[in-house]
Amino acid sequence: MPIEIDIAHVARLARLALDEGELESYRAQLGVILEHAARVQSLEIEPEVEAAHPLGFANAFREDVLRPSLDRDEVLAQAPSAVDGYFLAPPALESE
Amino acid sequence: MIDSSISEAGRRLRSGEVTALSLLKTALDTAGRTEAQLHAFLTLDTEGARQAAAQADADFADGIDLGPLHGIPVALKDNMCTRGVETTAASQILAGYLPPYDATVVTRLRSGGAVVVGKTNLDEFAMGSSTENSAYGTTYNPWDLTRVPGGSSGGSAASVAAGSSLAAFGSDTGGSIRQPASLCGVVGMKPTYGTVSRYGLIAFASSLDQIGPFTRTVEDSALALQAIWGHDPHDATSYAGDYPDPTNGLGRGVEGLRIGLVSELSGEGFEPAVETATGAMVASLESAGAEVSEVSLPTFDIALSAYYLIAPAEASSNLARFDGIRYGLRVDGSTTEELMSRTRAEGFGPEVTRRILLGTYSLSAGYYDAFYGQAQRVRAAIQEDFARAYQQVDVLVSPTSPTVAFEAGARTADPLAMYLSDICTIPSNLSGHPAISVPIGLDDAGLPIGFQVMAPALGEEVMYQAAAEVEHLAGFSISPTAIEGAL
Repeated sequence: MPIEIDIAHVARLARLALDEGELESYRAQLGVILEHAARVQSLEIEPEVEAAHPLGFANAFREDVLRPSLDRDEVLAQAPSAVDGYFLAPPALESE
Repeated sequence: MIDSSISEAGRRLRSGEVTALSLLKTALDTAGRTEAQLHAFLTLDTEGARQAAAQADADFADGIDLGPLHGIPVALKDNMCTRGVETTAASQILAGYLPPYDATVVTRLRSGGAVVVGKTNLDEFAMGSSTENSAYGTTYNPWDLTRVPGGSSGGSAASVAAGSSLAAFGSDTGGSIRQPASLCGVVGMKPTYGTVSRYGLIAFASSLDQIGPFTRTVEDSALALQAIWGHDPHDATSYAGDYPDPTNGLGRGVEGLRIGLVSELSGEGFEPAVETATGAMVASLESAGAEVSEVSLPTFDIALSAYYLIAPAEASSNLARFDGIRYGLRVDGSTTEELMSRTRAEGFGPEVTRRILLGTYSLSAGYYDAFYGQAQRVRAAIQEDFARAYQQVDVLVSPTSPTVAFEAGARTADPLAMYLSDICTIPSNLSGHPAISVPIGLDDAGLPIGFQVMAPALGEEVMYQAAAEVEHLAGFSISPTAIEGAL
C-alpha cells in the first residue's frame, strides 16, 4: 500500500528549505521506509502499558534552589551573533 | 600499538615499568602511522593529553591512585561535549563548536585520571551503521581498508582495534556501539538505560541513547563501565538505586547458566559464516556447562520497524535545537524562519535530513497513532517478550550483526538495507536492557564476527559472566591485518 506524503508540508514543519528535486527524492525514500515501518500495524496483541523508562521511573525532581550555571559570556561566544548579553536573530514576524 | 589490556597496562603503570607519558606516546605514534588510512579521529587533543599523562605520572609518584583508568589513553566519540575542545557530532552544523562544559562521562573520566587522546569519527549525529555519513569523511576498517568499520561509533571501534587508544567511548541508540565492535573485532557494550549519564551527550533519541565502552577485553569493558556509570542529578532519567558490580561475574564460568539462543535472529539476511560461528560458540558454551535452549521472541520481527519510527521521531524533536541562533552554522535569512530553514538545509547531511523528515511525518497530525503511537505499543510488547524470555533463561544470545564488515559504498544508496544492519541490536535499545558484543572469530576473508550477549535490566553481572566465558572459549586475537605493516 503506497503511503501518501505531503513532503513540502513536512519539510516546512521541520524547517528545512529543500528544493523541488530534493523534496521528490526524499518523498520516494520515505515512502519505501514507511512501507516497511507500517509493519508495526501487524501487532495483534495489545500490551498493558505504553513503554516508558525501562526501570519504571517516573519524574525526577530536585530541590528548588539556585545553583551555579554556565558562564553567560562563554555560552554567547558560541553564538553566530550576540549583542549585550543576548542572542541576535532577525525578526520572527514579517513587518509590512 | 598498545596491545595490552587496561588491567595489564595499569599493573605496569603502578610498578613503574611504563609511564603514562610513554603509553600516550605509543598511542599517538600509532595514530600517526594509521590515521591516513583509517581516519578514526576528527580531533587529536595532543596537548591536553600530554598534560593529563604528565599529571598521572606525578600522581603515581606521589602514591595517588584514581582507579583502573588512571594514566590510560582513551578516545571519545565526537558527540560527547568536551570543554574547549571542538565537538561536532560529525556535522557541518556544529563545525567549530567549542562546548562550554564537559559531559558527565568526560568529567568522570578526567577525575578518574584517564588520558583523553581525542575525539573520534561517527555518522553525523550518530545516525548510521557505517560511519559513511560523517560530514568529515569516512572511517575505514582496520581489518580491510575497502570496508566500513560499522557505525555509528566507527571511529571509536577502529581506534581500539588499531591500538591508538586502550578504551574508547561511544553511544548506542540502535546498536551504534555493538555493531561497529563486531565489525572491528573488539568488545563493545551498551549498559542498562539510565545507568550512564546522558548529560553532555548530543541527543539523538533520548529514550534509547546510552553511552558505553569499546575495549580489547571483557574485563576491560567492565572496568571502563565502572569508571563512567552512576547516578547523575544532571540527567532526569539517571538511575538512583543500587548498581551491580560488573566485575563480579568475571571468571565464574557458565556452569548451570541458562542461555537462550534467539530464534528470530537467524535465517534470511544472515551470512552463513556468521551463523556457523554463532552455532559453534553456542555448542562450546553448552560443553562448558551452560543449559542452552532456543527461545522465541516473536516481536523481534517488527522491532526494526518500531525503531525506525521512534528514533527519528525523537531525533526530529531533539535536532530542532540546531537553528542557527545559539551555536554552530548560520545561513542568513530575512526572517527567523527563513534563517532557520536555510541553516538546517545547509548544515544537515542527507541521512539526518531524511530522519528529521521521517520523524516529523510520523508525529504529524493524522499519522501519529498509526505510526508513532503504534510503534510505542510494539515497544511495550517487545519489553513483555523479553520479560517472558527471562523467566526461562538468564541471558539471551545471538549474532551481533547479520553480516561481517561490508564494502564502503555498498549500502549508501539504499537506506533500508543500511537499517537492516541493526536488526540484532535494536531490541535491547527498545527494552533498555544491557548487551555486549564479543569477537569470536574471523570469516574466510579474515573479517571479524561478533557474538551478542543480552541480559535483563541491571543484569550487567550475569551479562559479563557469560561474555567472559565467550571470550575465553573463542580465544580471539585482535590483530587487524590491513594495518599490520603500519604497527
